[in-house]
Amino acid sequence: MAYLDHAATTPMLPEAAAAMTAQFAATGNASSLHAAGRRARRTVEEAREALAEALGARPSEVVFTAGGTEADNLAVKGLYWARRAQDPARTRVLASPVEHHAVLDAVHWLAEQEGARVEYLPVDRYGRVSPEDLREAIARNPGDVALATVMWANNEIGTVMPVRELAEAAAEFGVPLHSDAVQAVGQLDVRFGDSGLAAMTVSGHKIGGPYGIGALLLGRDQTPVPVLHGGGQERHVRSGTLDVPAIAAFAVAAVLAAERRERFAAEVGRLRDELVRAVRAAVPDAVLGGDPDNRLPANAHFSFPGCEGDSLLLLLDAQGIECSTGSACTAGVAQPSHVLLATGTDPQLARGTLRFSLGHTSTEEDVAAVAAAIGPAVARARTAGLS
Amino acid sequence: MTENLPRPARPLRVLAAMSGGVDSAVAAARAVEAGHDVTGVHLALSANPQSFRTGARGCCTIEDSRDARRAADVIGIPFYCWDLAERFREDVVEDFVAEYEAGRTPNPCLRCNEKIKFAALLDKALALGFDAVCTGHYATIVVGEDGTRELHRASDMAKDQSYVLGVLDEKQLAHALFPLGDTITTKEEIRAEAERRGLAVAKKPDSHDICFIADGDTQGFLAKRLGRAEGDIVDESGAKVGTHDGAYGFTIGQRKGLRIGHPAPDGKPRYVLDISPVNNTVTVGPAESLDVGALTAIRPRWCGSTPAAPGTYTAQLRAHGGETEVFAEVVDGELRVRFTEPVRGVAPGQAIVLYDGTRVVGSATIATTTRAAAAV
Repeated sequence: MAYLDHAATTPMLPEAAAAMTAQFAATGNASSLHAAGRRARRTVEEAREALAEALGARPSEVVFTAGGTEADNLAVKGLYWARRAQDPARTRVLASPVEHHAVLDAVHWLAEQEGARVEYLPVDRYGRVSPEDLREAIARNPGDVALATVMWANNEIGTVMPVRELAEAAAEFGVPLHSDAVQAVGQLDVRFGDSGLAAMTVSGHKIGGPYGIGALLLGRDQTPVPVLHGGGQERHVRSGTLDVPAIAAFAVAAVLAAERRERFAAEVGRLRDELVRAVRAAVPDAVLGGDPDNRLPANAHFSFPGCEGDSLLLLLDAQGIECSTGSACTAGVAQPSHVLLATGTDPQLARGTLRFSLGHTSTEEDVAAVAAAIGPAVARARTAGLS
Repeated sequence: MTENLPRPARPLRVLAAMSGGVDSAVAAARAVEAGHDVTGVHLALSANPQSFRTGARGCCTIEDSRDARRAADVIGIPFYCWDLAERFREDVVEDFVAEYEAGRTPNPCLRCNEKIKFAALLDKALALGFDAVCTGHYATIVVGEDGTRELHRASDMAKDQSYVLGVLDEKQLAHALFPLGDTITTKEEIRAEAERRGLAVAKKPDSHDICFIADGDTQGFLAKRLGRAEGDIVDESGAKVGTHDGAYGFTIGQRKGLRIGHPAPDGKPRYVLDISPVNNTVTVGPAESLDVGALTAIRPRWCGSTPAAPGTYTAQLRAHGGETEVFAEVVDGELRVRFTEPVRGVAPGQAIVLYDGTRVVGSATIATTTRAAAAV
């Protein structure tokens, strides 16, 4: 088996699994005042501190959520509602068109239900938003902007955004910028405190932690309107009993991701470059998606002219190679990727995409398996053509 | 029984079309049990699938896709969803609308088998290295002495679906697998088999009607597509007896929904005899006038070789219709059929499937009919 879909989810680190299982036996609601509650609270707060340090943030800036999607929704909807409550004129939302659906659909919902006027920022052919374009978009009427949201790195094509420069541009006008950093953590130098962001989304299971846990890193001056109302946990921004085992494991994974990042990025980048070379050697007309240089070191994205991505997936799966077409599914049906369409990719070409994403368990053998299988698979998929 | 099926001489790489229903799930499981290397595929045929099934109709909802996936999990085979919505729209839905617009009564299930399951899907399967497509249809494939493949009625006539497969030619049959065809069991027994195999679809209601008309309202669907076009309802003498909202909304032999309001002079019920899209007129008359003695049918497709000589066959004219004896011959590429006994309510657009005993000889699309009296 060659598992090359780490951007979907990556195997849990043994250290994280150990931290999680250690908590399963313990009892205690972190909001309770007795000894058991205090123990649970202490575990949560130690995890919060460790996670904050790993991500260059303050402990008070960590709001735990049930994953990346929830954190994105809280940032986008919560900041929109809060900013509009302060000034009803603020209904303009600036978003990159290559965001993950957790952001894109939340923004779309605001437009449908909450009177938001959504403006998609221009991207270049690699899917990058330029700080100048963001500055220009805000400057047109700084008073009516609720928030801007631009991901740190793209989950499909791997392009890295100039987040710090974008945050600077937004800060010039006092506009909060949110960034979904789910794919960036562990591969890039992600430090919330230095980024200038108002809010940043991170997720557990993409960095070797458990599923169902994430966090919104939230500047201390940001008070989004909650999406979930209840007991008032997490700065009254995110109610719900804290998931102690998941939080403990998430923090362990985040700390290890930060510690190992430089070495991991170098090693996985070398493997990825090998994979790119091998695919290009086998299929000379394969088109590399995303920025060729400034990209996630673990991401390789290709479009194969004349192929259906679904066909390639089936053929590679049959040979034990697990990857993704990289695009969202409805009823398991691949739609042409909104990311590729936003970068101006020909819609026909956009149907024949594969995303290989490497991770901490990837090996030379995985790359060799792709190198051996991709040529015949593409040849066969081409005979099947575009249905 | 299936448990005792001999291992195939050569295991085939089989692509099992899985609708999310019980028949296709059991068919896929039987193909695995027979020793084949099976991969499941659910065809997404609607560009905007509904989340859940409405009543017992349709097979293209997200729920159906999930049911198919769960069945594949239990059977232990890889599973994918393939988007054939565009092909389905072009080849089946648009054809369906155009046929009604032209005053004919199409059968979209035959069309889907001919153009989607055993064309678009089969072609893609073969190109990807599969040997055959497997479905949950009740029909039997018999390999003749000379190696040619014949399509026969299912062992259980009550469940036979060879009619909707009558459009398949020998090449398509060569790559088709119908593991349910030799089953002489009730539907309850198929459900019991699904239950025994741990398939949750065992209790799922059967789907019927037209899958792409989720609410079952064909008239409403056509009205939305073709618009209102008020016209006259006339009797056989040409006298106006009522009005309609669109001639496409009628089927030959239809009695209900004519809304004429006053009885015929002879007091007998009136039926749709003819639909004329050119002048947007629907002709009605007594039941006797529905008796058809002969017909011509176009686009003949033969399951084996073209019938060399004119001959006597049995014919089926509807998916759940009975058999009737005919004399058939091919003239100028058209199928000419004469009924031994007149048949009632034959609608242009529908398929006539010819049988020689249990063997499917071929099929063709009914183009014109001749009244029984005139045909003698």
